[in-house]
Amino acid sequence: MSEYLWISGGRIIDPANGRDELGDVFAKDGVLVPDLSEKERALAEVIDATGYVVAPGLVDIHVHLREPGQGHKETIRTGTRAGAAGGFTTLVCMPNTSPVCDNAGTIQLIRDKAQRDALTRLYPTGCLTIGMAGEQLAPIGSLHQAGIVAVTDDGKCVQSNELMRRAVEYSKMFGLPIMDHCQDASMTQGSVMHEGEWSIRLGLRGWPKAAEDIIVSRNVILAEETGAHIHMQHISSASSVEIIRRAKARGVSVSGEASPHHIDLTDACLRNYDANFKMNPPLRTALDVEALIEGLCDGTLDCIATDHAPHSPTEKDVEFDYAPFGIIGLETALAVTLKVLYHSGKMDLSKVVSLMTHKGAELCKLPAGTLTAGAAADIVIFDPDAEWTVDVDAFQSKARNCPWHGETLRGRIRSTILAGRRVFDGVNILEV
Amino acid sequence: MSSRSLSWGRKDLICIEDLDRSEVETIFEVAKSFKQTMERSVKKLPSLRGRTVVNLFMEPSTRTRIAFEIAAKRLSADVISMVGQASSLTKGETLKDTARNIEALRADLIILRHPASGAPRYLMDLVGIPVINAGDGAHAHPTQALLDAYTLVERFGSLKGKRITILGDILFSRVARSNIWCLTKLGAEVTVAGPATLVPPEFGRMGVSVSHNLKEALTDADAVMLLRIQHERQTSTHFPSLGEYTSMFGLNKERASWLKQDAIIMHPGPINRGVEIDSELADSPRSVILDQVTNGIAIRMAVLYLCASANNKSESDLLA
Repeated sequence: MSEYLWISGGRIIDPANGRDELGDVFAKDGVLVPDLSEKERALAEVIDATGYVVAPGLVDIHVHLREPGQGHKETIRTGTRAGAAGGFTTLVCMPNTSPVCDNAGTIQLIRDKAQRDALTRLYPTGCLTIGMAGEQLAPIGSLHQAGIVAVTDDGKCVQSNELMRRAVEYSKMFGLPIMDHCQDASMTQGSVMHEGEWSIRLGLRGWPKAAEDIIVSRNVILAEETGAHIHMQHISSASSVEIIRRAKARGVSVSGEASPHHIDLTDACLRNYDANFKMNPPLRTALDVEALIEGLCDGTLDCIATDHAPHSPTEKDVEFDYAPFGIIGLETALAVTLKVLYHSGKMDLSKVVSLMTHKGAELCKLPAGTLTAGAAADIVIFDPDAEWTVDVDAFQSKARNCPWHGETLRGRIRSTILAGRRVFDGVNILEV
Repeated sequence: MSSRSLSWGRKDLICIEDLDRSEVETIFEVAKSFKQTMERSVKKLPSLRGRTVVNLFMEPSTRTRIAFEIAAKRLSADVISMVGQASSLTKGETLKDTARNIEALRADLIILRHPASGAPRYLMDLVGIPVINAGDGAHAHPTQALLDAYTLVERFGSLKGKRITILGDILFSRVARSNIWCLTKLGAEVTVAGPATLVPPEFGRMGVSVSHNLKEALTDADAVMLLRIQHERQTSTHFPSLGEYTSMFGLNKERASWLKQDAIIMHPGPINRGVEIDSELADSPRSVILDQVTNGIAIRMAVLYLCASANNKSESDLLA
């Protein structure tokens, strides 16, 4: 017997199709349909979305789920549940697992694990170089056959320009986008925070913006030379935004993402040496934050991605210099993004939704991020105005490294629906 | 020490930024009376009798560790020194666990020297007993700044309008940072000087002048504070060589002549003779380097006394 879903009375925001209107959304057997018959409606599970936004399930093209190898930080099971609780139905996971994803076997392992444990769709990425060591190309073709959606050494920027050039040329054969973590390692030896007034005050090793800008520039040059697409991950510097803006104006095939923390927080947040504000790239200044927001508004930056980076509480509970980089973001992403972009009046809801759905999906060529009839019924229902106070102990994620703990935010997930089934009801995960 | 009303209520000394001017002056006042006792043949006072002070030094230090040890002993405290590799931190124990163990051993105060900036603040939130910062990374060295300022006040009375130049490796120096906060709090006009790679312009945001021109920085200064080049913290890119440093920024007799007539030369030690300072200048009457060392004992006695007393207020109330 077929399964039917009827979401009634919500504000449907489907930016890929230019929709922003009150109406009903229907699904049959996990697929979106334009309507249901009287008979089917009678059999359908009805969700009343009156007063809420009904949008495509959120898409995050940059998460770390730590499996295989670092299950004490996060697993595919817990990470995708964190995603579901945050309104996400599609995640793209980074290859810096243990072992790293430089071989088809590890990709297959992730896909098998996802099939068993995941509560979102999960797409793996593959390494750009063997062992993410930046010295020899990974078997990108085999990784492509194994099912990766992008190539990246995220967390370890490829320093060799020659190798990067060849990787770009090689990946282009398979239509695989390259995603680069833009960081000149020679300029960031021992660096733990943005280089500026606060690094000087706190006596912490500074991380200059130029370390990002130089690699962004290199990537622009290589994308222009090769005609291949290079995606710049978690842009943090105002000058990098400007470099990408000019490149795009010339028609160079590059794109960029911004993380919720980089558009909400600044280096001044580190004043008490709280390691939950330590991430790579680091939080920068209010001017950089402003430029990132402007970049999102004018399309220079293409999407929001969390860089969800779980670490165990004991790993973060050490002296600042010794704490690992990274924070979790899946369960706060929508509310933080709404705060910065929507509640501030800088952007309408439809634009925010597009940054968190189809824009990222298009970069990785994923069948996600729209409410088009015939597409999978992956849907998020949220109340953009509802207040809630972030409590890390209520998170689905295994990790607790969240800088917004205790902050009251607006924007609450009411339901997350994966292939027509409710997997999160606003409070609890509903196991399938 | 009479228990007259002193402006002091904190059990921890983490950095000078936390203090207001009256607190700095309170430390000086207490240090002054302790300094007088140091001239006696019997130098020991009973103030911290029965208390245990742990010197937790996670980074090499001679001067500061010994100064704290002597200061605590002169106040009759029992002092345990744990130095870097000797502790269980090399066995994988975290600072958090080490500190909690020290507290469980019923120690009364921890003096922490640590290579990571912010470590004392982190420790302060983990333990109930006082934490005194004896230097954290490039962040702060509050007792050094206090003893430097005390030495200057001894010489000049008020520091209002006095021109003080800190010269050398400012970027990696916790001594420079703490002195900037302390000296500006006391009304001095501070200039930081040295090679551009070690004196970035952002220091200007801390209320000081930034100069890469030695003549400009030294001319008419009332005091110059020299800093050691910290090879251990730098990457190889910050300056060409020690030789070039000496030729461009080392203090020699000619350059010292640009200072005011009665200007003093200071150095937190350890000095590298012939590198940042000409050997003869280090021994000249203008040098107060050894006065700084002596004052370091009085300042640390004052800090230990004040922080320990603040922590035990309720206890003494109970006994009274």
